[in-house]
Amino acid sequence: MSVPARQLPALDPDTAFYWQAGAQGQLQIARCTACRRYTHPPLPRCPSCGGQTAPEPVSGKGRVASFTINHQPWLPGLLVPYVFAAVALAEQEELYVLTNIIGCNPESVSIGMKLRVCFEPHGDVYLPMFQPDESHG
Amino acid sequence: MAEYAEKRVCISGAGQSAVGRPSRKSALQLTLDACLAAIEDAGLTPGEIDGLTTYPGPVGEGGFSPVGATETMIALGLQPRWVGASTEGHAHMGAIFSAIQAIASGMCRHVLVFRTVAEASARMRARESSLMGGPGRSRATRGNAWAAPYNALSAGNIYALYAQAYFAKYGATSAQLGAIAVNGRNMAALNPNAIYREKITLDDYLASRFISTPLRLYDCDTHIDGSTAILLSHRDTARDMKRTPIEIEAMGMSIGGLGIGLHQGDFSSLPADKAGEMLWSRTDLRPKDLDVAQIYDGFSILTLLWLEALQICKRGEAAAFVEGGTRIGLTGDLPMNTSGGQLSAGRFHGYGHIFEACTQLWGRAGERQVPGAKLCAVANGGYGYGALLLKRG
Repeated sequence: MSVPARQLPALDPDTAFYWQAGAQGQLQIARCTACRRYTHPPLPRCPSCGGQTAPEPVSGKGRVASFTINHQPWLPGLLVPYVFAAVALAEQEELYVLTNIIGCNPESVSIGMKLRVCFEPHGDVYLPMFQPDESHG
Repeated sequence: MAEYAEKRVCISGAGQSAVGRPSRKSALQLTLDACLAAIEDAGLTPGEIDGLTTYPGPVGEGGFSPVGATETMIALGLQPRWVGASTEGHAHMGAIFSAIQAIASGMCRHVLVFRTVAEASARMRARESSLMGGPGRSRATRGNAWAAPYNALSAGNIYALYAQAYFAKYGATSAQLGAIAVNGRNMAALNPNAIYREKITLDDYLASRFISTPLRLYDCDTHIDGSTAILLSHRDTARDMKRTPIEIEAMGMSIGGLGIGLHQGDFSSLPADKAGEMLWSRTDLRPKDLDVAQIYDGFSILTLLWLEALQICKRGEAAAFVEGGTRIGLTGDLPMNTSGGQLSAGRFHGYGHIFEACTQLWGRAGERQVPGAKLCAVANGGYGYGALLLKRG
């Protein structure tokens, strides 16, 4: 039985950069050009100050804010277990991205664990994923 | 107290179809069963219904919402002044709030609100029909775009993040969370229209498989076919009713969170907190006055977080409150989810909770009746949030 393909995200003018910046090895997050606050999921207008946002590269470093080990094979052939997580990016408090944590035993994941972004290419989409990285502070 | 809209509105009747997993009846027939039961319950005739609404209206191909307000209007032969539905807003309870506004504004006198699900039938046809995404579908959009690509294909994956964060922050345990599922089964055993009526123990719960840690099989609600209808009326019409209507003492609403792709807070509480604040700001009654509570349990963690949002428990204390099940049992301080909830009675999707509140307040809950129940809190929702405080008049 083949492993089911991931359902890829639709690309639209406000969000495409997030899914495609991995082609340059970058994680990019929408940031307000006026108040400099990051917003994710991306929005064209800063919900804090009303300024215009634009994508900016970030460090790709973060920590596990919360996670779950999925055991349920929702689809035939889906490889389980896998980790679905909210990662708090280093740049700003409560700046989260949803992702999978890969490159480690699911049972080893814990809240606060240090992570670094990596990318999984799927045609025109580079899914930002995260893996453990104890090297950052 | 200001003249809030809900104070002009009462619940005059409630009806529910037989539950099925699956049902042999069509979703429309189940809807008519529930609607006609609610109208009969109030002692009204279909001709007197001048408003009709539902959540969320016909959406998608699966069984999540197979019946719309318009076809129900036609099938019931209604000629209402107002018909509507909305997938947006405060989710399950949004249709109730719309009905309250329609009545309080003077547009309608009797608004029928229904919610129909046929997810058991849909899953028989295609098991993945209840998932949020998956291959073979077009690309994921809006809130789903942030979760489905990572194979977070069930809302359970989203709410597991809240459960994990809550466990870590407050030291809550699986044994504490499990009390909600065990309580649901104990209650469902006393409810003839519940889908799972065989009692389980905490050991059964702890032995059940993980779906998405820390949530187990018994932490997830049960897909069914069924329909519930609630009839809301202007309080001025109360004298025409068969029985004393149930007063809507207060309502509260809020929206937000991961379920709609809004990443805020530390995942240890729900945006429902604002609904709780709104609810209690519109009444002189307090949580200690509650006799019974019907708290949303699409996933058990939602119940814990709602108990705190409704200020029934202080922050971080809901797990200890439900532990062992005594306080939330039939003879406890606050009997909770007395129908069995969605975990065991079946996923009537919020409307089972409203229906059970009416059943308790009208004193017709049979073996599971909470003696003398006069005040019940109802909480619905996992992305749009709505709460009602219902009082026997």
